Amino acid sequence: MLYNEPSPLETRVLTRRFGLPNSASLDTYLATEGYQGFLKAAGMKPEEIIEEVKISNLRGRGGAGFPAGMKWSFVPRTSPKPKYIVVNADESEPGTCKDRVLIENDPHQLIEGVLIAGLAVGAHAGYIYVRGEYRYLIEIMDQAIAEAYANGWLGKNIRGTGFDFDLYTHTGAGAYECGEESALLESLEGKRGIPRIRPPFPAVVGAFQCPTVLNNVETFCAAPAILRDGGAAFAALGVPRAGGTKMICLTGHVNKPGVYELRMGFPVKQMIEEVGGGIRNGRKLKAFIPGGSSCPVLTAEECEGLTMDYDAMAARKTMLGSGGVIVMDEDTCMVKAAMRIMRFYAHESCGWCIPCREGTTWLRKILVRFHESGGTRGDIDLVGDIARNMLGRTFCPLGDAAAMPTISIVEKFRSEFEEHLSGRPCPYESASHMVTV
Amino acid sequence: MTFSPQLEARFAKLLKSYPEGRQRAAMVPMLLYAQDEVGHISEELIEEVAERVGVTALQVNEVLSYYSMLHRKPLGKYHVQICTNISCLLHDGDKLWEHACKKLGVGHKEATGDGQISIEEVECIGACSWAPAIQVNYDFHHFVTPEKLDQLLDSLRKKP
Ligand SMILES: Cc1cc2nc3c(=O)[nH]c(=O)nc-3n(C[C@H](O)[C@H](O)[C@H](O)COP(=O)(O)O)c2cc1C
Ligand code: FES
Repeated sequence: MLYNEPSPLETRVLTRRFGLPNSASLDTYLATEGYQGFLKAAGMKPEEIIEEVKISNLRGRGGAGFPAGMKWSFVPRTSPKPKYIVVNADESEPGTCKDRVLIENDPHQLIEGVLIAGLAVGAHAGYIYVRGEYRYLIEIMDQAIAEAYANGWLGKNIRGTGFDFDLYTHTGAGAYECGEESALLESLEGKRGIPRIRPPFPAVVGAFQCPTVLNNVETFCAAPAILRDGGAAFAALGVPRAGGTKMICLTGHVNKPGVYELRMGFPVKQMIEEVGGGIRNGRKLKAFIPGGSSCPVLTAEECEGLTMDYDAMAARKTMLGSGGVIVMDEDTCMVKAAMRIMRFYAHESCGWCIPCREGTTWLRKILVRFHESGGTRGDIDLVGDIARNMLGRTFCPLGDAAAMPTISIVEKFRSEFEEHLSGRPCPYESASHMVTV
Repeated sequence: MTFSPQLEARFAKLLKSYPEGRQRAAMVPMLLYAQDEVGHISEELIEEVAERVGVTALQVNEVLSYYSMLHRKPLGKYHVQICTNISCLLHDGDKLWEHACKKLGVGHKEATGDGQISIEEVECIGACSWAPAIQVNYDFHHFVTPEKLDQLLDSLRKKP
């Protein structure tokens, strides 16, 4: 099911089957070039598959943007240990709701992507780690997997290629941290989701202590098109160092929020104005988060001339992240936004390392107090100081994820913190009450 | 403990999903699927799952306390989870939360006296583009307004 109207400005590669009758069924999949990429890959050498993915300039869609082909090449193929493919469908970064639509509308595309990765690294089993809240997706995925087994697209000697592969779903049970790759692997093994020390990286020591390819849902979903139509065609859709399209979750104060597939490098202004139908009630843009709540926040001026791709975002000291775009209009209280974002990270910190556990807790307390107009001038610098002291000093990047938006909001919207000083109530509260959705 | 045949089938499949000797991997899925059937995670259930995956009850306890969806106490028959995280907040998700608390006279993770409805303020549930969003048990509701929430809560009060 689709929850928003598609946009004519989309470039539909991963979403090409969305809206077709029974788009999640094997019949529809096979009738629309389904499993063609896998069949092609089955006739190639593993190095050739990896080379094709490298040519495509596919970068990881889970947040960090690491080149997928390179990641696959790190798996020691000659290791006597079994190898695994793990799909990260934990999708919990605030602002992100794209993996959900990919699985719901086209689960076979994900299965095919996993099979291609399996061929590339010599894996014969895979796990799809789905966040616990997405129970209905597990049902959809299990049904697609059963259909694939019944028709020879999973199991022994898949369609006569001599390749064996088993695929399973695994439910999480509520924990943002389990989206972090090493915590996910711990969780998959039936433990608390505490991150692992790296190196060794999952490519060498991953699931069940064996070499593992772990990617985001969207990353695997790009593989069938890359193998089917060639890496060069995929690369050509994007920008020089990042190929293809990006699933963008437009959220916040736009007239037409929704999940849209846009070519990599799509202009931010056009995305807000034309894809998103502009800011609601004709208001002005105040702040913009490109890829989930862990990214540094940009001001309206910083969005000028900006495009949706990794390098362009890095040049403005932020990140494309997961593609969870959060648009905030001029009536948004940035102190409240910072406070709510920090409440999330404090709640989700796994507690393993002290800078993250203590840092997020202190920041949450200070920001809650500040928004309730109990802050002091010294608190403004204190918030920035604590956040900067967390950066790079936590066991896993959750601490950075909490620190980065906070630092940017304090730096870029300092005057709003000052407006909350001396016992004054939040100047935006009354305005936001007037907004009717 | 005895479970429905469907749940037993699910357990059997889970135990075969992981490499030999790695059956504790099935622990968290088993706990969540069992909780859905029996309502909450009791001592008895912990013992049962521990035995089935080959660990001690203490090890199950240690793991389950980490996961926010696993509950040691019964919640309402209909568990209404209201997201107030950033994308929902920008669409007044926090007001929905306050509204539900007031209307039902209960707070975070509390159930109404008849055990029919419980509420929880939750973090992002992956429906940010269709905010504000809530989940009733596992069902998503998108673009929720105070009026729609009222209707929903009224219907849940009477729902078998
Ligand atoms: C705290 C935290 C949470 C994360 N959550 C997710 C997530 O929900 N989904 C995801 O795909 N990646 C998530 N990541 C990124 C993963 O660690 C990992 O980089 C990614 O799954 C690799 O796949 P990719 O290369 O295809 O992006 C998270 C990272 C951190 C630090
Ligand atoms: S922020 Fe509410 S669903 Fe994502």
